Amino acid sequence: MSRRFPILSALIALIGAAFFIVPLIATFNFSLRMKRGELSFEAYRSVFDSDVFLGVLGFSATASLMAILMGVLIVVPTAYWVRLRVPRARPVIEFLSLMPLIIPPVVLVFGYVRLYGSSSILPLTMTEAGTNVLLVIGYVVLSVPYMYRAVDNGMAAIDIATLTEAAESLGASRLRTIVFVIFPNIRSAIMSGAFLTFSISLGEFVITSLLNRPAFGPYLVQMGQDFAYQPAALAIMAFAFTWICMVLMEAFATRKPGQRLLPWRAPRSVTKAKS
Amino acid sequence: MIHTAPPSISQSETVPQATPPTPPRKPARRNVSWLGLVPFLGFALLFLILPVFYLVNGAFQTPDGRYSFETMLSLSAPEIAGSYGLSLKLSFVSAAMGTVFGLILGYALLLGGLPSWVRRAFMTFSGVASNFAGVPLAFAFIATLGRLGLVTLVLRDVLGINIYAAGFSLFSFWGLTLTYLYFQLPLMVLMITPALEGLRPEWREAAESLGASRMQYVARVALPLLAPSVLGCFLLLFANAFGTLATIYALTSANYPVVPIVLFQQIRGNVLYNPNLGYALAVGMILIMGLSNTLYFILRRRAERWQK
Repeated sequence: MSRRFPILSALIALIGAAFFIVPLIATFNFSLRMKRGELSFEAYRSVFDSDVFLGVLGFSATASLMAILMGVLIVVPTAYWVRLRVPRARPVIEFLSLMPLIIPPVVLVFGYVRLYGSSSILPLTMTEAGTNVLLVIGYVVLSVPYMYRAVDNGMAAIDIATLTEAAESLGASRLRTIVFVIFPNIRSAIMSGAFLTFSISLGEFVITSLLNRPAFGPYLVQMGQDFAYQPAALAIMAFAFTWICMVLMEAFATRKPGQRLLPWRAPRSVTKAKS
Repeated sequence: MIHTAPPSISQSETVPQATPPTPPRKPARRNVSWLGLVPFLGFALLFLILPVFYLVNGAFQTPDGRYSFETMLSLSAPEIAGSYGLSLKLSFVSAAMGTVFGLILGYALLLGGLPSWVRRAFMTFSGVASNFAGVPLAFAFIATLGRLGLVTLVLRDVLGINIYAAGFSLFSFWGLTLTYLYFQLPLMVLMITPALEGLRPEWREAAESLGASRMQYVARVALPLLAPSVLGCFLLLFANAFGTLATIYALTSANYPVVPIVLFQQIRGNVLYNPNLGYALAVGMILIMGLSNTLYFILRRRAERWQK
């Protein structure tokens, strides 16, 4: 192949980059125009000044963290058990863990509203707390495909059979093995899944709105109907938030077991050890 | 919405099994092992299988509780069939455009001789953009191509092109397609990358040494090899668009009657005046999503034969 400058490829990449970046620049610029005749961060200030914003953000962040915790508690022992004891069940468990990708959230929440509504055996939607539980469960279901894959990949990278035998021969119980041996070794895989879960559930709209929760997703839609400049500011913040979550997810996903917890510090210590 | 997961996901099948086969134990203990899966299976049963079963059950009943195909058949009523048509069209066009442009962009990035920092920048950005969907994406496009969006104004005032006078609207079919493309295109770039990387240089050299031109190599070797992957990615993009609700809801204030929007309204307030028709609508969605995902898995199996 000749070594000349790849004009066609560069042109394609340039068009692609323009398509990706122009909406971001336009949105950012738009978000600065709240005050007539000058560029200012007025729209951002107005968003942060609102108690509603902080309230819904707090609610959504709490619900998302609960979903991560619950997801880890369900997924980690299951993935461990499947690998260690019942590999024959793997196809079934994998299929179930991928099913949420086939069932759209609107369908899922439709089933919840009917199955756990007023006339059911388990009327979760009848109480405030019950609806919150259902919301968290909905987030867990949405995140299971990613959480399960992340954790399972993490377990593939360590020898869980040997680790388990070692722990057992030292007298550790099954629970102790999971909590003190397996869990620390797949911590970065869990973190990687956790950041993805967080980015999915923080601004989730469909389930949240249909369960009538005072969360971030419905608040965003309301802002879009009521204001002109604040939504643009929120979009820029949401993009930055997604970016941070993805960077952290990637950083944790590519970290090897035994590396330091802060992934960006790791390469330096590695090179030091080598030289 | 399908979110991109860690890059290692598609390779999980090739990961060597860390577990040796279960050591021979007393048969009684092996049966007990299944109990360890009870929490997960119970969770899936309660919050995945039973809700879906409830809807499927309802879809095959009439409002007075009789089992019949009547409700499912009434999906062909003009209004509902129209919604499905609109959803399928929007998903098909946005997935097709995402597939074609994503393939071209991916090819240029990976095999076009561009410096590696360009590729890395695009990959990072694609990871973010493919997850940047929902309400904020709608806001971004309103600020860009809405009636008072920056690009709309620049085109009008600087270049003298009034796109809204020319018939374009962000809240119409093509506006929505363009918005969808913002997450479809990067998703395609991310998903087709392993297949593009799997094209071995030897194949190209072999074709060239037999006298093939660049176009002949692309048309007779590369594309046929990529075809199952490309088709698989198209199906995944299709399903991705089909299930999308939040973006379209925020863009059009729920005034664009695709299937997810109609279902959303039905859950809110029984706009179809027939609860069972709502169930049928949901089952129709599951069928379409299930079909495209199943075909995707079959095609991925085929594609992986070349990536070993």
